Amino acid sequence: MSYLLPLLVFLPLASALFLFTTAGKISAQTVGFVAASAIGLSALCSIVLAGAFLTSAPSTPLQITLWEWMHTQEFSADIAFALDPISLLMILVVTIVGFLIHLYAIRYMEEEPGIARFFGCMTLFVSAMLVLVLSSDLLCLFIGWEGVGICSYLLIGFWYENPRNTAAARKAFYMTRIGDAAMLCGLLILATSTGSLQTHTVLTALGAGTIAPQTLTAAALFLLVGGLAKSAQIPFQTWLPDAMAGPTPTSALIHAATMVTAGIYLIARLHLLFAAVPLVMMLTAIIGALTILMAACTALVQTDLKRILAWSTISQLGYMFLALGTGIWQAAVFHLMTHAFFKALLFLTAGAIIARLHHEQDIFRMGGLYRSMPGLTAAFLAGAAALAGLPLVTSGFYSKEMILSSIWSAHFPLAPLFLPLAHILWGMALAGAFLTALYISRCVFIVFFGPSRTAASGSTPRLMAIPLACLSFLSLFGGVIEMPDTLAPIHLFTRFLSSPFPHAEEPVWLVLTGGSVPIAGIVIAWILWGRATPVMQEIPGQSTIIRMAKEGWGADALYDFLFVQPFRFLVWLTRHDILDYLILGIGRMTRAISTFFETARTRSLTLFSGKTILFLHEGDALLARFQNGRVRWYAAWIVAGLCAALVSGVVS
Amino acid sequence: MPPTTFNAVLLLSSFLFTIGLTGVLIRRNLLFMLMALDIMLNAAALLFVAAGAHWHDATGQVMFLMILALAAAETAVGLAIILALHARGRPSLDADTGNLLRG
Repeated sequence: MSYLLPLLVFLPLASALFLFTTAGKISAQTVGFVAASAIGLSALCSIVLAGAFLTSAPSTPLQITLWEWMHTQEFSADIAFALDPISLLMILVVTIVGFLIHLYAIRYMEEEPGIARFFGCMTLFVSAMLVLVLSSDLLCLFIGWEGVGICSYLLIGFWYENPRNTAAARKAFYMTRIGDAAMLCGLLILATSTGSLQTHTVLTALGAGTIAPQTLTAAALFLLVGGLAKSAQIPFQTWLPDAMAGPTPTSALIHAATMVTAGIYLIARLHLLFAAVPLVMMLTAIIGALTILMAACTALVQTDLKRILAWSTISQLGYMFLALGTGIWQAAVFHLMTHAFFKALLFLTAGAIIARLHHEQDIFRMGGLYRSMPGLTAAFLAGAAALAGLPLVTSGFYSKEMILSSIWSAHFPLAPLFLPLAHILWGMALAGAFLTALYISRCVFIVFFGPSRTAASGSTPRLMAIPLACLSFLSLFGGVIEMPDTLAPIHLFTRFLSSPFPHAEEPVWLVLTGGSVPIAGIVIAWILWGRATPVMQEIPGQSTIIRMAKEGWGADALYDFLFVQPFRFLVWLTRHDILDYLILGIGRMTRAISTFFETARTRSLTLFSGKTILFLHEGDALLARFQNGRVRWYAAWIVAGLCAALVSGVVS
Repeated sequence: MPPTTFNAVLLLSSFLFTIGLTGVLIRRNLLFMLMALDIMLNAAALLFVAAGAHWHDATGQVMFLMILALAAAETAVGLAIILALHARGRPSLDADTGNLLRG
């Protein structure tokens, strides 16, 4: 059975290689068919693996070592895959959601000239993501980590003729690169202290207590930074909204469903390591809670449909980080799964809407779309309801409820006693849930109801409708596998992860609060934007706080000022070769000085010799005056000389 | 007649020398210049004699004889120059006209 693991990775990889090498030689239909079938086969493999895993004894994780990557006395690394519940869940999500998105993209992208490049990158991305989630060696995981980064870069800059797209691609690449560097530091720290990056070796060393606490803290911090950058959390949140420059299936697959969850996966995978460092846990939770609120507020004022969804992704990832920081990684992974369903659905529906509205992305130019596209409306409503967490009927409710109700009773050992940090974080998460319902309902009311503003054309092809239907089903009913105890004692998900989850502590009122807040958000959104004469049509853009929120709280400007401008200045210096100027300047100065000295010397010598000539001339004339040839004068001179000699003799 | 003192001879000799010197410097006639030169020489000779008498030394008189010979030779050379100038067709005794060696 273990041979399925490398096959799972190999199928998309082979498809990517095939598509890259035959680019431009085969038809668009074939390209889409090859890519979708490769991912479909992978999905089939993962379903088979899941079936085998669930029926076999839970204590036998599937492992396979492909080859030994490097081996020295102090360190060894393998290319090795292992299947445990978390990675099984991840491969199911990646391949099934990925398959649906590929299916959708066949028709969505068929007019594109670069379709082979697109599908090559997409399948390459899936294989990199599978390497990331399957590898049992953290160094091998890093390969997948970098692979998804480069695929993300390639796909954001897919329409590379537009400089804004390439700028967005570069931005995403740089921002995640910072995190990658930090993560590599964390991995190296772990490697030097344990001698191996095998997950179980690291966790065994952790259990045995052979890692120094400072080392552990440093490693956890670095890994956290890596995860934050990949998952676009504060302070790395700016790259994800710009990443919407790529094709919509890319946004759905990479920037909503899978790649951005790599950070969550990493921390969930190493949750034992993080649990040993309370400081980092607390930091994770606080960053997550702040990100929820910040991104939700930003999403509330956006006017671009895809940007609303991008900010909502950041906000939902914030929930996952909050859950990870609180120690309930099961809830984080559960939310990861449901979020992958409904966010992929939302993005794909948004893509279909945008395509039928002639690439119009501003929600205020849409409106009344439920008349012209009822199917898409239903799909978007399903996704929006799941995102808002409409109680009982959506998957988002169950996962969000699991996070919310567990945070209330969480315990932070480092928090000051007088500060009920868990309650504060719970309040922030609840406010986030309210804002989520508010902004997505705003989007729904403005886009699908009210007066019609843009005429829609064409119809949604069946090949695009089928994935939407599947994802709608998953968004609505994917969450029933795990329920709060107050509703029904169904705990399939946590039992599947084989880690018991304390549901018993949940009071009834927590569940009631968690369920009523989204409804409140929807009602308020209806009052504000939904009625026939809405209270506000467009959020006024004049006030400073709205403008700032629209721009993502000025983080872009701040980073531009802090990092980009100094760097550009350095580049400018290098380009103008300031050292060269310095040397040239010194050369010029030397030349000027030597010229000056030469002139001065010439002039002084000329002056001196001229004066000498004059002096000699004068002296000559004087002496000539003595030589007048008169005997008496000569005698007089003799006498004068004698007198002078006498006088000097007498006086001295 | 009271004996002449050395001091008086010294004064006389200085006086004579000054007269001779003045004659050489201010007279333009070559003959007078030669005579003034002789006066200067004789003043010196007088001083030698007086000094010899004063210190009772014969060297003074020896020097007087030598100066006498010197003066005779000098006068002879000077007169010969004057005659030679006459013979060359330059019948002037003015010393200042003979300035061919002017620089």
